[in-house]
Amino acid sequence: MNQPTDSKAKPPAVAGNSGKASSALTDWEKRILGPTLAKSPERQKEFTTTSLYPIRRLYTEADLDGWDPASDLSLPGEPPYTRGIHASMYRSRLWTMRQFAGFGTAEDTNQRFRYLLAHGQTGLSTAFDLPTLMGYDSDHPLSEGEVGKCGVAISSLDDMEVLFDQIPLIDVTTSMTINSPAAVVWAMYLAVAEKQGADWKRISGTLQNDILKEYIAQKEYIYPPEPSMRIVIDTFEFGMKQTPKFNVISISGYHIREAGSTAIQELAFTLRDGMEYVEWALRRGLKVDEFAPQLSFFFNAHNDFFEEIAKYRAARRIWYKAMTERYKAQNPRSWALRFHTQTAGCSLTAQQPMNNVVRTAIQALAGVLGGTQSLHTNSLDEAWALPTEFAATIALRTQQIIAHETGVTNTVDPLGGSYFVEALTNEVEQAAWDYVRRIDAMGGMVAAIENGYPQREIAEASYRYQMAVDKKEKIIVGVNDYVTAEKPLEILQIDESVAHRQAARLNKLRADRSSAEVERRLNALRRAAEGSENLMPFIYDAVKAYATLGEVCEAMRTVFGAYEEVAIT
Amino acid sequence: MRMPEKRIRVLIAKPGLDGHDRGAKVIARALRDAGMEVIYTGLRQTPEMIASAAVQEDVDVIGLSILSGAHNTLCPQLMKLLHEKGMQDVTVLVGGIIPEADIPGLKQAGIAEIFLPGTSTQHIIDFIHKRVAQPR
Repeated sequence: MNQPTDSKAKPPAVAGNSGKASSALTDWEKRILGPTLAKSPERQKEFTTTSLYPIRRLYTEADLDGWDPASDLSLPGEPPYTRGIHASMYRSRLWTMRQFAGFGTAEDTNQRFRYLLAHGQTGLSTAFDLPTLMGYDSDHPLSEGEVGKCGVAISSLDDMEVLFDQIPLIDVTTSMTINSPAAVVWAMYLAVAEKQGADWKRISGTLQNDILKEYIAQKEYIYPPEPSMRIVIDTFEFGMKQTPKFNVISISGYHIREAGSTAIQELAFTLRDGMEYVEWALRRGLKVDEFAPQLSFFFNAHNDFFEEIAKYRAARRIWYKAMTERYKAQNPRSWALRFHTQTAGCSLTAQQPMNNVVRTAIQALAGVLGGTQSLHTNSLDEAWALPTEFAATIALRTQQIIAHETGVTNTVDPLGGSYFVEALTNEVEQAAWDYVRRIDAMGGMVAAIENGYPQREIAEASYRYQMAVDKKEKIIVGVNDYVTAEKPLEILQIDESVAHRQAARLNKLRADRSSAEVERRLNALRRAAEGSENLMPFIYDAVKAYATLGEVCEAMRTVFGAYEEVAIT
Repeated sequence: MRMPEKRIRVLIAKPGLDGHDRGAKVIARALRDAGMEVIYTGLRQTPEMIASAAVQEDVDVIGLSILSGAHNTLCPQLMKLLHEKGMQDVTVLVGGIIPEADIPGLKQAGIAEIFLPGTSTQHIIDFIHKRVAQPR
């Protein structure tokens, strides 16, 4: 498979490889397999992955016909990075253990952050509440009932200062899961860094900032695609000049998968999203090697162990080929796909929740064997609520056990060369390229989204999966089999006092700041939005004067308008 | 298969700011495949919008999908509005991430049933058929 985008999927039947191997296989089928099957027939007619992708009985070298270990596998740290992006992987440095956390007020979450850091977590990851994700202040009428529930409520720089109180941003890398208002929250983060005296050139972290997957899957968008893409490219341009170590985007398959996609769809849509961002940045006039090293990715780790591992390996290979062939990147740092992994929230069950510890451990192991750079492990109680401290601690300990007790970190890419893993990696890659070509033919991802294409594909896959579960073709332990009576779990409750505390803080903020200055800076932002200047400096100026998140987003909403999707069911 | 004279009409709604619509879409399609007339409101509906749609579409059942933790605010608001509009007979169901401790309060507010993660679509279909035995 030296011709990357031309590589063929392996045919499911045994193909003629070397005559010796193939005749040995035929002989085995007759002599050994046949009588075995006659005595003990297989449990199912068809074996499939969680994504309902068919898996064959046995993989041998016949399944790797045409596969060239020198070019398709290569060595770790070398193109096409199938075996990982670093030569020594976890022998040198473990993945970053980065638990996603956020609830209540900035003060509540600051305490959880400091607790996690004290227990050996090595990076921070911020979950924001729904009003923040949608660009509304905590006291907006639409925020009622949602403040601090799904994450931390951040309405202004004032809240951001509390969130990172006593956390040195020069040392700790922070991931921020926010998309439509990403530029605004990032500006607040940079303002906190500046106040702490942390050099922007040296701070590091990740802004999710992936609006395309919002239209595709998670649906937390504010503006229509065009202006949203403009803001994203503004952050690329700002980041490559001002914060060279910051990942300005985390191109995310996680939410696509949670919305019910297959592993192949997750891979394909995410990578095609990545290509879309590159193409918009190139159209802006940015040079690929100036911004591409700051692009990062984020994948799901679902239950089907080998399918997930194949997905990560294929992702690196696809990105390498896209960057070198499609975009002619010269810098190896543009070629290597770096990614964060989170175990699959949608795989966790409300029933027998302790079993979720086991699911999460296996999913996390797939992320590690797939060569992830950072990892979040879900807590056992997530089908009920946000995690308690008890549940969050077990989730972190799960990663530490994988890192220090299982031995899987002792060698690089321990599964490299497995007939099954390599064949599945090839097949998954090929199927993803098929999707990429289909989306290319539609005119790119923005056009495909406007046609509802990825949304329909995902809805279809999610329905097929639900039907398979309902018919017990797929067994979920504790849900459609092995069901037992159980006692309710102790969970984290977030009451409405959070909303009241936030409203009081906002009232005080609005009284204490200079309204005239805020208005002046918001006007400047509106004017810039009407033109074509980079919006980041204007957003930064506004938040520095304590304009609220809601005010800044509203200023842009008046210029850009709000997006409404055509609902597909 | 014998079709009833009048099909059961269901409004599937996503109240609040959350955009996770996987469950809403799956249930909308499953109910449709089971022969019901399904109207999906789309995302980010206020209780006021949902109540108005329920009146306008003259539905037998409203299915709310809530995963964000805002159920204790949104459900009572909707029930109050339905009462005001004379729609107290409509069956209101909730599916999503709902802590068990909140279930009695929601039922007291008039929610007919709460379906937690892991519920089969057939179970929900059966529940609706039993509850709305005679379509209005």
